[in-house]
Amino acid sequence: MIAWMNWTPTVAVFFAVIAGILAVMTVYEIVSPCTERKGFLPIATTRGDRLFIGLLSAAYIHLAFLAASDITLWVALAVSVVWLAVLLRWG
Amino acid sequence: MNKVPNNRAWWLVLPVFILVAFSALIPLMTVVNYSVQDIFGPGNAYYVGTEWFKEVLNDERLQDSLLRQFAFSGAVLAIQIPLGISVALMMPKSGIKASLCLILLAIPLLIPWNVVGTIWQIFGRGDIGLFGWGLNALGLDYNYTGNTVDAWLTVLLMDVWHWTPLVALLCYSGLRAIPEAFYQAAEIDRASRWAVFRYIQLPRLKSVLVIAVLLRFMDSFMIYTEPFVLTGGGPGSSTTFLSQTLTTMAIGQFDIGRAAAFSLIYFLIVLLVSWLFFTAITHLDKEK
Amino acid sequence: MNYSRSKGMGMTLFIVLLLTPIYWLLNMSFKTNQEILGGLTLWPQNFTLANYAVIFSDSSWYSGYINSMIYVSMNMTITLLVALPAAYAFSRYKFVGDKHLFFWLLSNRMAPPAVFLLPFFQLYSSIGLFDTHIAVALAHCLFNVPLAVWILEGFMSGVPREYDEMAYIDGYSFPKFFVKIFLPMIRSGIGVAAFFAFMFSWVELLLARTLTSVDAQPIGAIMTRTIGASGIDWGVLAAAGVLTIIPGVLVVWFVRNHIAKGFALGRV
Repeated sequence: MIAWMNWTPTVAVFFAVIAGILAVMTVYEIVSPCTERKGFLPIATTRGDRLFIGLLSAAYIHLAFLAASDITLWVALAVSVVWLAVLLRWG
Repeated sequence: MNKVPNNRAWWLVLPVFILVAFSALIPLMTVVNYSVQDIFGPGNAYYVGTEWFKEVLNDERLQDSLLRQFAFSGAVLAIQIPLGISVALMMPKSGIKASLCLILLAIPLLIPWNVVGTIWQIFGRGDIGLFGWGLNALGLDYNYTGNTVDAWLTVLLMDVWHWTPLVALLCYSGLRAIPEAFYQAAEIDRASRWAVFRYIQLPRLKSVLVIAVLLRFMDSFMIYTEPFVLTGGGPGSSTTFLSQTLTTMAIGQFDIGRAAAFSLIYFLIVLLVSWLFFTAITHLDKEK
Repeated sequence: MNYSRSKGMGMTLFIVLLLTPIYWLLNMSFKTNQEILGGLTLWPQNFTLANYAVIFSDSSWYSGYINSMIYVSMNMTITLLVALPAAYAFSRYKFVGDKHLFFWLLSNRMAPPAVFLLPFFQLYSSIGLFDTHIAVALAHCLFNVPLAVWILEGFMSGVPREYDEMAYIDGYSFPKFFVKIFLPMIRSGIGVAAFFAFMFSWVELLLARTLTSVDAQPIGAIMTRTIGASGIDWGVLAAAGVLTIIPGVLVVWFVRNHIAKGFALGRV
């Protein structure tokens, strides 16, 4: 039934991590609802907004690394994680 | 409006969520899977990591079609938005004439996209089409199947013909929402026609214009059927836009891995742009 | 601000330019192929209905229209059924992830169908729905449902919540309130949402063509067969094109009074 989807372990882990993050954020949101606030980003954002911005920019960071260099993507991943943390805390 | 916090509202959203998840999430996951593998057939695939992405990002053909796409979408916006506003300003305000204008304007929007292509394919031909014949009769050397510039202009003209009415209708409804008192005040102040437009009409059009720009950008960015029927992407590949490049790759050449990687990059571009527009819309709503 | 003469002239000019290509298609559909290829005539010299006769007498032609009609109506029904409660939830309540869910829905309206082409084909093949009307209807939900939710949410937000509260005080249950009181109040919104669902499902071809082969083939795909060994049969092609425009004109006639507000997605 799902053979045509051609699942690979890497992609499975990727989606599991995304689903995990979303689940954690949902629980966190129910336990302590967050309010909009203004950080260094030009617009007021909620926690979820910052997560989305972080994930989207992480995708672009990876693409930039792929397009411009041969450096291993673990570096891109590290950069993205740091950026995501900064964004969630101060964004 | 003040909304009541109530998490049980999720039950009302659940059908939509399931339906869209079925037709969006499963395909998206599949595309991600395909994009990291080299697939020869069912059960015969090799993990290649990010090779496809690297190839796609450095593929000149694709970069060209991306540039072409941005040029096209930019031209579409630059022509259709001002033209749509002017048409909306010219429309009668009420009565049978207004209804008639609305209906006639809406007609091009309801023509199937392949028929739009067919209409212009016929209309632009030098032998049997009024437009092509007329241009040739004026002494212009016009031929949309052979000349790159002509092909571009025809595709652009077709899109202007097809979608300017949408912008006009959006702006028209924005203009109708301006209270008559505003105009009366302007008349008392002897405001010029331009001042009325600049300080009364344009600010009120802001929110519909954002919707218009959003819809027009998105739809022109995914244009496929009309140029495919009209020019088939030619001459050469001068009118081959992103969707057509992608469709040829996926269905024509069955180059699944590369097409999947390309799809994801395409999707990310659209996601970024639409997020920017969406944020702009919600902020405009809040200002009200 | 009077409706001045120059404005009227400009409007007339625009409408004339807008209708000329359509007139040309209509004109050609009444000509014989000899006349079409023989030279340029501004109206049919030998008026003929033969091109239409070809379409109405051949079941493989007119079944294309029937197929298109079937999946478009299925799509409209599904879209409205799921979008109405969801739009109500978005317009009345705050809930965890509402904004992001809304954006996620909209992002599907914006995703190019070409991106989903390949997995759609495989998805519907694997569950045995390939070449059925329901497959196309479901696929079109991908962009119609988000749009319908967006439009309906705009119209619903215009109805003050006091109505809801009054109904509860009067002892109405939620389903009864929703069907008996609320839906009639947003009739025009429902009409507009249905109109848009019709419009985008009717005009789309890429997905419809990919997901069908014979039994549910849309008219757009059938039209390509006019290209035969002896070149293109222009007359029949034009007649088929004219026939695809008629349903749209009929539908737009029904919603003409709400169309302006509808095109602003209820947000004016």
